[in-house]
Amino acid sequence: MVMIDLTFRIGGEAGQGVESGGAGFAKALTRGGYHVVGTPDYYERIRGGHNFFTIRASDEPVYAIDDEVDVLIAMDSESLVRHADKLSAKGAVVVDEATKIPEGALDGYSGTVARLPLLQIAIDNGAAVMVNTAALAAAAQLVGLDLQHVVGVITENFGRKGGAVAEANRQVAQQAARLAAERYGQVIRPGLADRPSEAQAVLDCNRAFAMGAIMAGCKFAAGYPMTPWTSVLEYLAGHADAYGLVVKHAEDEIGAVNMAVGAAHAGVRAMTGSSGGGFDLMVEGLSLAAAIEVPLVVYLAQRPGPATGLSTRTAQADLLMAIYSSHGEWPRIVLAPHTPEEHFQAALRAFNLAERYQSLVIVLSDEYSSTTVMSRPASLFAFEQVTIDRGKLLTRAEVETLGQPYLRFQMTADGVSPRLPPGNGPQSVYLASSNLHTEKGHITEDPQVAVQAADKRRLKGEGMQREMRAPYRYGPAEAELTLITWGSSYGAAREAMEQINAQGGSANLVQFVDLWPLPVDAVREALSATKRLVCIETNATGQFAHLLRAETGLRAESLLRYDGRPLTAGYILAHLEA
Amino acid sequence: MATVQDFSNDVRPTWCPGCGDFGIWNALKRAFAASGYGPDEIMMVTGIGCGSKMNDYTRISGLHTLHGRTLAVATGFKLANSAMKVICVHGDGDGYGEGGNHFLHTVRRNIGLVDLVENNHVYGLTRGQYSPTSQPGFKTRTSPAGALDAPLNPVALAIAEGATFVARGFALDLGQLSSLIGQALEHRGYALIDVMQPCVSFNRAMDYDWYRSRVYKVEDEGHDPSDRLAAMARAFEYPGTSGRIPTGILYRREDVPAYEEQVAAIKEQALAAQPFHARPTEDYQALVKEFI
Repeated sequence: MVMIDLTFRIGGEAGQGVESGGAGFAKALTRGGYHVVGTPDYYERIRGGHNFFTIRASDEPVYAIDDEVDVLIAMDSESLVRHADKLSAKGAVVVDEATKIPEGALDGYSGTVARLPLLQIAIDNGAAVMVNTAALAAAAQLVGLDLQHVVGVITENFGRKGGAVAEANRQVAQQAARLAAERYGQVIRPGLADRPSEAQAVLDCNRAFAMGAIMAGCKFAAGYPMTPWTSVLEYLAGHADAYGLVVKHAEDEIGAVNMAVGAAHAGVRAMTGSSGGGFDLMVEGLSLAAAIEVPLVVYLAQRPGPATGLSTRTAQADLLMAIYSSHGEWPRIVLAPHTPEEHFQAALRAFNLAERYQSLVIVLSDEYSSTTVMSRPASLFAFEQVTIDRGKLLTRAEVETLGQPYLRFQMTADGVSPRLPPGNGPQSVYLASSNLHTEKGHITEDPQVAVQAADKRRLKGEGMQREMRAPYRYGPAEAELTLITWGSSYGAAREAMEQINAQGGSANLVQFVDLWPLPVDAVREALSATKRLVCIETNATGQFAHLLRAETGLRAESLLRYDGRPLTAGYILAHLEA
Repeated sequence: MATVQDFSNDVRPTWCPGCGDFGIWNALKRAFAASGYGPDEIMMVTGIGCGSKMNDYTRISGLHTLHGRTLAVATGFKLANSAMKVICVHGDGDGYGEGGNHFLHTVRRNIGLVDLVENNHVYGLTRGQYSPTSQPGFKTRTSPAGALDAPLNPVALAIAEGATFVARGFALDLGQLSSLIGQALEHRGYALIDVMQPCVSFNRAMDYDWYRSRVYKVEDEGHDPSDRLAAMARAFEYPGTSGRIPTGILYRREDVPAYEEQVAAIKEQALAAQPFHARPTEDYQALVKEFI
């Protein structure tokens, strides 16, 4: 059980650096020895509105944010109105002296209200924009976080802008911390013990996936910006020149997916991605990948729909779309990782599986995972873990030893044909057609070939299913209550499970990553000794519960959240029917 | 050196007798043979339509894709294997209708593709509906009272978009068309060849004689293909009321770098030819350090 559990919330207008400040503070806390999870809450606008960033810091790994706030860093008076009712009794509020405290907002609050001349300190030592540096430094002082961690992160972040900016920020931080110490001392004494020295990475799942893609040898990515998948495209573009990738911001998602198909056909590892609406546009292109049997990885970061929906919020409402979208019948793999390291692993697996089956692999994530940073041991992202499996990919030399004419779409026992990309000598001269085609690649309407081609796809699907892994189980082997999760609902559910068990209840958790083809036998086995099943999802219709029943006959109750906000343990416990 | 025979296979075209696609087919094979590239060095990307079956009837590296997506698939392929020549062959519905957005952006990208559009002003494979280049008033099954849309001018559009090679051919003039294809294959960047093509089944008003009486070669009139405004003036002759269809190279410049020449990862070598992990192990090990 966690001994230290501190929640920080930084609130302000869009454009006040709430998200960047929050991410930096999460990193500083990590360097100070905490495990952190930090998540932004923002609106679909560039300036104004109310944004906040919540960081939970603990002595144990944490995967979800909490409902209660210990330290509120209010960059405006709106933050006091919005979050005062979430404040824990013994915490602190950091707010500028000049900020008007709305009438009644802090009535009855027994914690410390640290009113400091934050803006003045920023102006005197640097510039007004450094006010969030002042606020975070003051907060660090109040909880006893060594200021060097805050200053270190700031120095690195501003290093690119030149030493003068970094130095001014350092001055601002020191001034603010000094004044906070003079006036308020240390308000919260978390009693942080010495931490293990293993290096921790602080990252969100999008970047964990994108980093994994580069290590997995992805050479080509095309995409179109859409929240919340955009940071994958930006990460890849930012690393393209250094790592030898071609990354194309395409004219639209239809262009993006078809570019990725074209690149994959040339024999390089290729990917695209989007959120729901952009994915909708890609679907015909995915069927092209299936028809011409190219490996393709697609990252799908869900957000609430339909149409534009809640563009900056979270949901797990595209599961059945990921599995069933497209005309025709063809196999695909859908993986729904739940932590940064699982996203990283999903990238490594996805590119291998795509090549093994010359098929589509969808990595299904969501806005919560895409934007939530977590501290995780850096060793979980080590390049040494990368193994490459290119399946039945042939070289020009290998195809020349076959001793027979090469057939790109040859029928085989497992449905997968040896693959020689174009541009590899006379044997690589073949047609890859979206029409029904012969083993050689020519267009045909022959009914026997139609059956063979459908069987080939079915065989691939069967192979994929054998390859899918059983769900993870957390908690006791047997329990009165089994929580079922997939993707990001894991974090809050795991915490809810731990709380139930700490309070004398009996619960465990089964987390699905390999969603499709659902490994039915392994799933039945994993759920064989269970009593009450409750499937926790952020959608309104219980899509996974539906899938589970359709595929295995097992019935689960549904505990759903569909207001676009992330799950918390508190939410789950409050909605779990006795 | 490959010959026309090397680009021939034993698949018989399903085109209607007298289809303009036959002429384009022969011009393509002739141009390929003359180019010096072999069938494994040229990737022909097609879309959906009668003429998009071109790579089924030709011995060549081929990608027969989706309706309208020809240029997007070709762009991805070219970026992944810039060592190969890439030629797109598709119709006016595919290139200018369903694929209109890709057309706009591929032109301005100046990526090294030849884009041959078989422009017969009608949808053939779906049996006779008006296309983006059809004349107003054209009566078809989807325009029983006559088409209301003004026709798209692909040549003017391409010039306006900054295209670096804009040409028009005629399916019956094999000599001119194969020469245009050959020059386009050697062009640095994107090359559009809009090909006037009769559809004997669904666009009988625009038959061979209709085209013959209108086409002329711009070089015969002393056109300077480096003059962008003059090219635009020629481009505006058709579609229009001039009664003339300019053919030949309307606009060309070779001083604009192709897209693929400017992408750091493929300046030296095509992606497909590079080692699987192109960088030293330490570089990949360093990735996680950005997050510590």
